[in-house]
Amino acid sequence: MSRVGWYRCAIVLASLAVLEALSLAGIIDRITMQAPHLIARDFYRIVVSGRMNSAILKTLANTLAALGLALGVGIVAAVLLHRARALRDTLDPLFATYYAVPVFAFYPFFIVVFGLGDLPQILIGFMLGVVAMIVNTLNGLDRVPGVLLKTARILRLPPADVALRITLPAAAPHIVTGVKLAVAYAFIGVIGSEFILSRGGIGYEISFAYTNFDNAVMYPLIVLILLASIAINAALSRWERALLERRGML
Amino acid sequence: MAAPQVRLSGVGKTFMAGRPPAPLHALGPIDLEIERGEFFAVVGPSGCGKSTLLEVIAGLTPVSGGRVEFEGRPIAAEAPDGIGVVFQEDASFAWLSVAENVGFGLRRLHLGRSELAERVRRVLQLVGLSDFATAYPAQLSGGMRQRVCIARTLVMEPRLILLDEPFGALDQQTRLLMGDELLRLWRQTDATVFLITHALDEATMLADRIGVMSARPGRLIDVVQTGWPRGRDSRIMEHPEFGAIAARLWKTLREESLKTIGRDAATGSAP
Repeated sequence: MSRVGWYRCAIVLASLAVLEALSLAGIIDRITMQAPHLIARDFYRIVVSGRMNSAILKTLANTLAALGLALGVGIVAAVLLHRARALRDTLDPLFATYYAVPVFAFYPFFIVVFGLGDLPQILIGFMLGVVAMIVNTLNGLDRVPGVLLKTARILRLPPADVALRITLPAAAPHIVTGVKLAVAYAFIGVIGSEFILSRGGIGYEISFAYTNFDNAVMYPLIVLILLASIAINAALSRWERALLERRGML
Repeated sequence: MAAPQVRLSGVGKTFMAGRPPAPLHALGPIDLEIERGEFFAVVGPSGCGKSTLLEVIAGLTPVSGGRVEFEGRPIAAEAPDGIGVVFQEDASFAWLSVAENVGFGLRRLHLGRSELAERVRRVLQLVGLSDFATAYPAQLSGGMRQRVCIARTLVMEPRLILLDEPFGALDQQTRLLMGDELLRLWRQTDATVFLITHALDEATMLADRIGVMSARPGRLIDVVQTGWPRGRDSRIMEHPEFGAIAARLWKTLREESLKTIGRDAATGSAP
């Protein structure tokens, strides 16, 4: 591990040690938060018992659906917008201010229209993720060197081939940035919706435990989400690294 | 005598440029005929429309006037079959290996797997990149990346190869060696070569004929026949005629270059 890596671990471990000490000394009371070692124990119990498995599965499936939609729609929309200059110029201010829109405000409306199922939650995750995907893909497409497009014309590639074989691969480093953001947004969208109103999922379970002062469930589930997002982020970063290394951009 | 492979008659190009947009006469009128198998070089002051001329022949830019023919057929908006282009900028695909780069255009031809691999292998050997087939462009030097682009063009077996200052970004020694390689490839492939360069020695050493372009709007103001043997290489620089040809090019070009510089100095605009 690099020196920075060790520093990171040291900071995390030190924070845990401070929390542990404060909890054991009674400065943080048990109703507010359990000691970290107890959270670890409860985490282990919950994972082994398997009683959260269906909640975990539901959240992951919905997040994946939201992410898939955001990726697919985002990339296709970006490729089309890149070709439609006027439409893009029209939409640019919307993209720039999009994240000022409280997307969760649409959640009650979606529930009214689609019912209290998975779809409203997937839609919220999608809405949060898709614009990050569009903006970053467009950013990448803007930076494709003109000479590559001229090469495509000399080889007389049809437009779909130009997108799939030249512009999107050339824009890949920017697209990965979009994917990283979209993953985070999809999680936030789905878990946040579950938190507000849902019939299951990790967000729902956390919210349920929260209202019942059930710290033995709430904190372990928060840890679970943290671990999941760290794992996904690490995997994406590895992919990004491999991509940049191959292109000599690292 | 057979018809010329490339024929330009009265070709001109006018752009809309500036703010507010005003028509800018960039090129022409140009009349030019290039024979099959010829090595034709174009020199000219910077900003004279050399690259525009190349893009017109490649079908990348429509003309504003006149007519461009390749093998007797007019070139419209699309790049015609049988023409390959090597650009000055690095056009290698960073996400593909050298072999994948070279084989890129062949997919369109729907060749069998083994035939495709064989053609890629042959061309890689031709440009001396056999040992780098699995490398990625980022691992190669600038000269080697340019050879990847040349190989990617050659593998399509073009009958006319257009090169837009292909060695412009390389150091002098590499340029000379790449020039030798280009001459060898030209002889081995029997293709016609149309080379744009700003280096007078490069044009003098490589070409059968050299067209000299005027300052904007670019017109051909002189065409010099070198009379070199087909089997030449960069050692042709020792030839007693070499200096005279380069001097003639410079004599014509010097006034034109001064015009460009004078104009930019007068208007204060960058080229």
